[in-house]
Amino acid sequence: ENVRLLDRLSSRRAVVGTLYLTATHVIFVENGSETRKETWVLHSQISSIEKQATTATGCPLLIRCKNFQVIQLVIPQERDCHDVYISLIRLARPVKYEELYCFSFNPKLDKEEREQGWKLVDLNEEYNRMGVPNNYWQISDVNRDYGVCDSYPTEVYVPKSATAHIIVGSSKFRSRRRFPALSYYCKGNNASICRSSQPLSGFSARCLEDEQMLQAIRKANPGSDFIYVVDTRPKLNAMANRAAGKGYENEDNYSNIKFQFIGIENIHVMRNSLQKMLEVCELKSPSMSDFLWGLENSGWLKHIKAIMDAGIFIAKAVAEEGVSVLVHCSDGWDRTAQVCSVASLLLDPYYRTMKGFMVLIEKDWVSFGHKFNHRYGNLDGDPKEISPVIDQFIECVWQLMEQFPCAFEFNERFLIHIQHHIYSCQFGNFLCNSQKERRELKIKERTYSLWAHLWKNRADYLNPLYRPDHSQSQGTLHPQIAPCNFLYKFWSGMYNRFEKGLHPRQSVTDYLMAVKEETQQLEEELEVLQERLANLQKSQSGNNKVKSKQQDQSKKIGLYTSNNSLANTPQEYSNDLKSFPSRSPSQGDEDSALILTQDNLKSSDPDLSANSDQESGVEDLSCRSPSGGGCLPSEDSGKDSDEAVFLAG
Amino acid sequence: LLRSSQPLTGHNRRRCREDEKILGTILDEGERGFIIDTRSAQAAKQARMSGGGTEPKSSYPQWRRIHRALERGRPLQESFIRLVEACSDPSLSMDRWLARLDSSRWLSHIKAALSTACLAAQCLDREDSKVLVHGAEGTDTTLLVTALAQLILDPSCRSLQGFQGLLEREWIQAGHPFQLRCAHSASSHVRGKQEAPIFLLFLDCVWQLSRQFPFSLEFGEELLLTLFDNAYASAYGTFLCNNEKERRLCKVKESTHSLWVWLNQPEEKHKYLNPLYSHNPLVIWPSVEPQSIQLWQGLFLRWIRPSQHLDEAWQEIQRLVEGN
Repeated sequence: ENVRLLDRLSSRRAVVGTLYLTATHVIFVENGSETRKETWVLHSQISSIEKQATTATGCPLLIRCKNFQVIQLVIPQERDCHDVYISLIRLARPVKYEELYCFSFNPKLDKEEREQGWKLVDLNEEYNRMGVPNNYWQISDVNRDYGVCDSYPTEVYVPKSATAHIIVGSSKFRSRRRFPALSYYCKGNNASICRSSQPLSGFSARCLEDEQMLQAIRKANPGSDFIYVVDTRPKLNAMANRAAGKGYENEDNYSNIKFQFIGIENIHVMRNSLQKMLEVCELKSPSMSDFLWGLENSGWLKHIKAIMDAGIFIAKAVAEEGVSVLVHCSDGWDRTAQVCSVASLLLDPYYRTMKGFMVLIEKDWVSFGHKFNHRYGNLDGDPKEISPVIDQFIECVWQLMEQFPCAFEFNERFLIHIQHHIYSCQFGNFLCNSQKERRELKIKERTYSLWAHLWKNRADYLNPLYRPDHSQSQGTLHPQIAPCNFLYKFWSGMYNRFEKGLHPRQSVTDYLMAVKEETQQLEEELEVLQERLANLQKSQSGNNKVKSKQQDQSKKIGLYTSNNSLANTPQEYSNDLKSFPSRSPSQGDEDSALILTQDNLKSSDPDLSANSDQESGVEDLSCRSPSGGGCLPSEDSGKDSDEAVFLAG
Repeated sequence: LLRSSQPLTGHNRRRCREDEKILGTILDEGERGFIIDTRSAQAAKQARMSGGGTEPKSSYPQWRRIHRALERGRPLQESFIRLVEACSDPSLSMDRWLARLDSSRWLSHIKAALSTACLAAQCLDREDSKVLVHGAEGTDTTLLVTALAQLILDPSCRSLQGFQGLLEREWIQAGHPFQLRCAHSASSHVRGKQEAPIFLLFLDCVWQLSRQFPFSLEFGEELLLTLFDNAYASAYGTFLCNNEKERRLCKVKESTHSLWVWLNQPEEKHKYLNPLYSHNPLVIWPSVEPQSIQLWQGLFLRWIRPSQHLDEAWQEIQRLVEGN
């Protein structure tokens, strides 16, 4: 009790409340009379806990989360603080999968609904949509028992001329046995994107089957007489790998390939880069220089651009040159995944729809064995395996959304929620390191699918500027190549997600969605009225009982206009002026009550307001049971989203 | 909110009863006011050597002085030039780009300007105190602060009409020397001594506000770009000369057309309106954290990056709102 929750931007804005630890969450409940605002944090989200030096006011505890929330608590007694610290350390580092939230999360769906949820994304359908199998590509079940490659899915697509013998031979010559397999097929010109890991070529080793495999890929595209082989590592790293018996394809040995390095740094560099960037975000009152210098020093945007550039190169090769590309890095499950999915997104507008995006992640990340557990720390493991690989991909998508605002069916919130759930372990999609492990754990029978959950709430994730018939949503996207450094922005919506004071207080997206919905409703109503009018005129009954619904219409128009009745508060513009009394504005501290353009609309629709906002973490206070098993909120944390519906407790 | 130029105290510490009286009568008995001096304390002190200076506490007892150094003049022009050069350099790697952006210091100037304006606004709104703003001449950073403060505080300045009125009042009639300041812009080899993009800095700050409060300004980026263009080269007489006196001497009103008249024509006006506008009666407090201040791409990358996709987005927004 009597724990204080501090605000990073203003040390004055500390609130006092009670801290609870449950099996799955850390919960802070404010003491205030009317507002029992709650902050929920899933243990899975906790990245690190720091116990700081005890001061006069108490013992500070800093909790850093994987979704970039930073919570600073001050616990009065040092001993209590220590207990909390020790407990959290244990809770945030689960040892068994069963400890994870997804195994106790209960959204109150029946078995069939759960199953249906898992069927929402069907990769077979996806490959069919792409146009395979066909004359050039076939499905292979050589890996049906994971006997060839345990990090690959049971079903992969390979060139028609790649026999099982060739596949097996090639797999023995590839790191982790990740042989070249199809990632994306371009119906229009037969060019394809294939992915693999590095060849075990060392300085001079060769493998006939592997060479035949690449030939097969080339032959599967009659429109071109060569393929690109893109190694997404820096040249130096790739060369160093040769000393360890691995390496890259020698153009002399593989006929008709054009080899290309596109240097993207490894997971360790990326981990450090993110770390440095987050340190910048934690600076108190940084100057513009502190920020820009810190951002530059982290190298983060440089890495994002490198991934994007690689994706652009591959997309161009496929769309403009009609040449197939084989992509690999070291093990073919990090940079390869990033680059293949960015390229696919640029090439195919389907992946820019909500459903298509889910499919893309299922295909290039989930099915192809991206090591979610190791990278995002589902379970306690080697800290050197942790790296923000998928975060970078998600950011690439956001950067593209900023450059092409009409091209994506989904909005920023969709991306943020996906990132959130990759770490939350609330759903089973991103558990383990491979399809094999997930099947062994019977994930589909024991947990729920994130995709179904997002799909159910898709109204929240739509981009009002998207139109399937808009020019930006047709064909390939062509981001400007150079000069283009300035096009990469710092994504404060993600990395400062929980600092509401930083963001525009009114969401243009929500407003426009409300406008769009309303226009639709009005148009439908207009149709109905016109019909009725026509009927009435036909029947010619003297008494014109046309109940004028005009009033209703004008009432509705007023509903979604942005609600400006809530003021925002000034930040501290004068840090050195102690003479300024911190007179709390008479309007109350509206920091937490954000302008909700949608709020008015939602208040007329009880269903939405009850459980619409996932991030308020308070779906239904009455059935909250901390022991896990009751109806737990779907997402954690209270005052985060800039569109959060503020639910007074 | 008041504005002036610096008091001519000089190294003799001259006093002026009339000046003290004016500032004295503005405040009620026991009331306290703030003077925001847009020069650093150092610079203000040094100004005494050339006849200028600050208001001594003893002579102006009810006024408390705050210094907020805002860049102007030559250094501001250099900052502008460096930014423009960084934007148009195609060979820059990402690291170098951020370094160049930082070393231009343009965004730092934005942060400082917005912070100072917010400070003034806070004094007025939260402390119920009167504020006097001045720098040295009262024609550059002073106007920047007073104009921005009014935008922050007063919703009527955020309408299209109101904004035009604000510009007329706080920039044109207040005597910002447009002729001297907006002579050649960034690319010219001619480095005029009096050249400085203070008005552009103001427009950039307004753009930052429009980004943070997308519903609160009745006008959009197009207006700001048009104003920028016309400050430097115009078919209209609105931004000619350096002050009202010169305009009268040159018979500007008789011999030229007004930009406002043209802008306000119905056929033109709609281009400049913000389809998202909804009258916001409250004070808008911008965030001046570095993450909240962004490069004004629409201006600085105007000729460098294709704006097609962003224009399409804007058209889509207009379509959605008008369709309703």
